Amino acid sequence: MTQSKPAAFEMTRRETMQAAAVAGVCGLVPKAQAQQPALAPAPESAATLPVTTRINGEAVSIEIDPRASLLDMLRERLGLTGAKKGCDHGQCGACTVHLDGRRVASCLTLAAKVDGGEIVTIEGIADGDTLHPMQQAFIDHDALQCGYCTPGQIMAAIACVREGHAASREEIREYMSGNLCRCGAYMGIVAAIEQASAKMREG
Amino acid sequence: MRQLTYLRARTVSEAITAFTRAGADARYIAGGTTLYDLMKLGVERPMHLVDVSAIENADRVETQGDSLFFGAGALMADVAENAVVRRDYPVLAESLWKAASQQLRNMATVGGNLLQRTRCPYFRNGAGGIYPCNKREPGSGCAAIGGLDRGQAVLGTSDACTAVSPGDWPVALTALDAVVELTGTAGARSVPIAEFYLLPGAAPHREFAILPDEIVTGISVPGTLAGRHSTYHKIRDRESYAFALASAAVALTIDKGRITKAHVALGGVGTRPWRARQTEALLVGSKPTRDAVQAAARAAFADARPGHHNGFKIELGARTIADAVVIAAERNG
Repeated sequence: MTQSKPAAFEMTRRETMQAAAVAGVCGLVPKAQAQQPALAPAPESAATLPVTTRINGEAVSIEIDPRASLLDMLRERLGLTGAKKGCDHGQCGACTVHLDGRRVASCLTLAAKVDGGEIVTIEGIADGDTLHPMQQAFIDHDALQCGYCTPGQIMAAIACVREGHAASREEIREYMSGNLCRCGAYMGIVAAIEQASAKMREG
Repeated sequence: MRQLTYLRARTVSEAITAFTRAGADARYIAGGTTLYDLMKLGVERPMHLVDVSAIENADRVETQGDSLFFGAGALMADVAENAVVRRDYPVLAESLWKAASQQLRNMATVGGNLLQRTRCPYFRNGAGGIYPCNKREPGSGCAAIGGLDRGQAVLGTSDACTAVSPGDWPVALTALDAVVELTGTAGARSVPIAEFYLLPGAAPHREFAILPDEIVTGISVPGTLAGRHSTYHKIRDRESYAFALASAAVALTIDKGRITKAHVALGGVGTRPWRARQTEALLVGSKPTRDAVQAAARAAFADARPGHHNGFKIELGARTIADAVVIAAERNG
């Protein structure tokens, strides 16, 4: 089922969606608009705030609307769409990222608050082509179906292990309870975290 | 959401000055897990945010000496993990780790948590004229009374409001007679937690004995050996990550197998963190067994006023107290 390496001609799901979106736009709107960058422009409000942060090891400086969430900044302004918008109210965990080494709900984190902070998202955890042990464990244990909650699950799971809250299945369940999976892949998720926990301790 | 300005304060006085200058539409923000959430729902509509979460030394926690001190900016996750708190005051640690999720506990502060707003669905989801709510729009009425009231309070309600006080940590603090430290333009003051939470009465929009310009700077808890025989027992619709249907914070002093002093406060059933004084008095002299404490537990609900769908909270609440007494007594002490 799992393919080790995609063939060169294959497109990822995201590339396919982007291509489809561009095709759709080209067919419907004047050329000038179609050439606009895919990411949302900076808000026109004069009252923007400068935010300087490090995201996945890279320095980022950006002007943001003070109302913006960290999640919207990542997705809409920086193109980091790994963190997902599920409920947008801190109830589902799909938006989980690490801020200064802690897992947080990026949907309830004001972007303004991360000025001077260090952020790691799902895009920043693999070591080149080598998956993080938690990513590999999720594949090994089929710990997903639709995959929408998976980036949040993996970021929460890595933190769960690092916090020392993965000592037993019961503890994993308790400390992962902020991440909902409506497909119900919980059995695989708990098994994946057990596997990755052992691997992360070795590493 | 209305347009905003945002300012991060480094000191308490800087925060108060910024707040005062900003005018009526200013709010302090710490972790933001309540305020920002309610801004997205249109329930809170500030135009200026003064961030108090980066105030220097605001996360100070002191566990030596005659009392505990928790700086308002300490994170819920950190206090829940504090080794002394876990050993000597499990009721406090449990009230924190049984609340929210680890993500939210990494954001929310123990000071901000005192000011968490109710989860009453009509309060949260009725902005913009969808449902009346006396808390959200004073004088507009209450859609919960006679509505879907399964989650509503049975203690401390009024004809204007039945919304449950949502917190767990404030319930544990109420059981242990905590004191809330505040600072505002008029200076610093201390408020016993029993006076900090207001009954809804005819003015349910007034919830806390804090002035608009005041900041919670810390929480003091008088030391007690009863902390060793303590627990926060929380009953929810699901096993984890849910608000309490009923909860009990219990701390006991036990001598020769009998209770000599009891601290009992309830969550999930009252319009404010609910101190169960009658239960405390009746527990004295009793053995800490489920059967022996039944009458004392039921006494907490003598004045309960159930609505249409929340009558179960009376029986559930009494059993929760009885179980909590047994759990607390079994702690090493």
